[in-house]
Amino acid sequence: MERNSQLHRQVALMRQSLFDQGYLDEQFVQLEELQDDANPNFVEEVVTLYYRDSARLIASIEQALDKSPLDFNKLDSYMHQFKGSSSSIGGRKVKAECAQFREYCRAGNGEG
Amino acid sequence: MSTLTSSCSWKAGDGVSDQFPAGLRVLVVDDDPTCLRILEKMLKTCQYQVTTCSRSDVALSTLRDNKNGFDIVLSDVHMPDMDGFKLLEHIGLEMDLPVIMMSADDGKQVVMKGVTHGACDYLIKPIRIEALKNIWQHVVRKRKNEWKELEQCGSVEDGDRPQKHLEDVDYSSTANEGSWKSGKRRKEEEDDAEERDDSSTLKKPRVVWSVELHQQFVSAVNQLGIDKAVPKKILELMNVPGLTRENVASHLQKYRLYLRRLSGVPQHQAGVNSSFIGTQDAGFGAISSLNGYEIQALAATGQLAPQSLATLQAAGLGRSAGKSGISIPMLDQRNLFSFDNPKLRFGEGQSQQNLGTNSKQANLLHGIPTTMEPKQLVNLQQSAQSFGSMSMPVHTHGAQSSSLLMPMGQPQARRHVISESGSSRPPVLQANMGQSIMSTGLVGQALGRSGTAENGRGLGHNAILQTSSAMNFPMNQVSDAPVSSFPIQSTFPTSKGGYPEDVNSSIIKGPGGGMPSYDILHDLQQIRSNDWEFQNVGVTFDTSQPGNSVQGNIDTSGLLLVHQGLSSGQSSNGHNRNISAAGKSLLSADGNRQVTTPNVGQPPTSLVDNPVQIKTEGFPDMSYQAVLYPEHYSQEDIMNAFLKQQQGIGPPDSEFEFDGFSVNNIPV
Repeated sequence: MERNSQLHRQVALMRQSLFDQGYLDEQFVQLEELQDDANPNFVEEVVTLYYRDSARLIASIEQALDKSPLDFNKLDSYMHQFKGSSSSIGGRKVKAECAQFREYCRAGNGEG
Repeated sequence: MSTLTSSCSWKAGDGVSDQFPAGLRVLVVDDDPTCLRILEKMLKTCQYQVTTCSRSDVALSTLRDNKNGFDIVLSDVHMPDMDGFKLLEHIGLEMDLPVIMMSADDGKQVVMKGVTHGACDYLIKPIRIEALKNIWQHVVRKRKNEWKELEQCGSVEDGDRPQKHLEDVDYSSTANEGSWKSGKRRKEEEDDAEERDDSSTLKKPRVVWSVELHQQFVSAVNQLGIDKAVPKKILELMNVPGLTRENVASHLQKYRLYLRRLSGVPQHQAGVNSSFIGTQDAGFGAISSLNGYEIQALAATGQLAPQSLATLQAAGLGRSAGKSGISIPMLDQRNLFSFDNPKLRFGEGQSQQNLGTNSKQANLLHGIPTTMEPKQLVNLQQSAQSFGSMSMPVHTHGAQSSSLLMPMGQPQARRHVISESGSSRPPVLQANMGQSIMSTGLVGQALGRSGTAENGRGLGHNAILQTSSAMNFPMNQVSDAPVSSFPIQSTFPTSKGGYPEDVNSSIIKGPGGGMPSYDILHDLQQIRSNDWEFQNVGVTFDTSQPGNSVQGNIDTSGLLLVHQGLSSGQSSNGHNRNISAAGKSLLSADGNRQVTTPNVGQPPTSLVDNPVQIKTEGFPDMSYQAVLYPEHYSQEDIMNAFLKQQQGIGPPDSEFEFDGFSVNNIPV
């Protein structure tokens, strides 16, 4: 069907751009490979899980950021968790940001 | 939230499936649901049977409920309810399953910690499916070791120990393994096919050391007295149908190690300690995990157990006296079981801290530790007192050998740990070391070593430790640590005579984590150089080495002591034997242990190294010897640090000269 193939193409384009822009990396490809007929929605499932989990994590991070003085240790551990999740699904950019955030935490840089 | 999902039906009690590695039963523990889901899918793709949980307590209870329901465990390092390493220790102790750690954190320290705690492997997140495809190798390896140990209990050469190949973490072990690998590899290859099949059939059903069973065990041991606690008698006393002597033996080994560990390393030692402790912790952790002591592991090591344990204890005890400095740190590490209480004795001041840690660790032990505690304390005290005089060189030797033995027996998982922890743990654990060899010196070492390596072995060692050291100190501290009561650490010498026998016979399982048991071997080798001073050092570090040289290196343990100073450590396992002989003479000569304490402090590093190397081998056999001194100098450093600390702690142990526990010498 035309509509379908059009949508497919759009999705494919979008996906490619995500890769190009560095949002996603090889790990995502691995996830895709895991998907098969038996689990057709695997990737979707995983990503949904990820979003839910990270939303929760981000909320706690925000909370921690509101406090003062900043508890860098806690922030660091949040970041570590977030980084782990992101890297598992291939969220490269997010992972990089997390790493950066952690650097700031280590340096005690609240502004960063 | 704790979710437990089971992908397929369990293969009950079945060792290896026909389509191995398909059907491997994996348990995954991770608090991150995303990761958990991904891993589950990946593992299923590898055709494994997957069970997931997001909480450690759920995981542990699942494992306990299905004793033989899993082949391997994958665990995340950072978890909210329980630290991944603690979980690792528990599993290792109770079920002796291969455990793989995972984390996004790839820092060397963390990975090292994994190794020392006995992890079979360490994967960095994001996990690739290729990495998961190979995890079955750890299962096979472990089984093979256990099988072989059972078969060769008591035989020194343990060439079949497959070398663990860590994918991500490849510390010294590779270096060590390399040397003896060739010999072993050949053997392994031949036997591999058979073993695969045989292991499932030959493998004795794992004996689960439940709390009651362990209680019975401990009371039997106490009744007999740590020194005299030989598996046969314990078995009779326990009167449990279906329990074999090997089961008891290996359990005893672990127990001794545990004791040694408890009395071992004080953690507060500075800087160096941290690394040292880290290793020790691993060792201790292993010990603590002894609670579960898997019988197989024990059985394997068990062979060494009765005697080696004795020696180890003696060594441990003896050493602790001398090494107070070191022992304390070790004890701390051991907290889990307070096996190494004796060690703590010396460092009382230091040990205080250690004990604290020990107690913490001990807490982890479920059930068993607590029960053991009172008894152990008693034992330890008694033994400690008897050995109080550190001058029991004989014992230390014994301990060493035993410890050496012990470590060898230990599953390979420990190997890595051993190398690391070896140095830190009181060699005493080495109890495995054939008592004959080093009697006092060895014992101390063995005990010391075993601390780290032997998770299971600790038990055996502890016994030794108790006798040797009057380290009652650890006991006090470790309120939780059940085993803490074993003051063993301090005096190894006591057990000397008795343990050597065991040491020889039992194959020292490589301490879980680079157990110090190897140190004994290492030490033994060292002894050749007649560095009596080092003996102490050797002893302490034996834990890492003992494992290697245990096989017959009981003597070496004594030698190790001597060699403590020897950085040469490189002596092959074969040397250990010789060394042991020499060591003995040295040791005996040194009866009063006038070992130049100052030297001890220094050589330890070298010795430490060796033990570490030895440990990596994990096999007490000659194979270890060759490997003994391989490459791990990190351990040496650790040991040095440790020694330094210890020295400062206790009275100069020159008399001890346990096998290498340079506890005395170690300037704090």
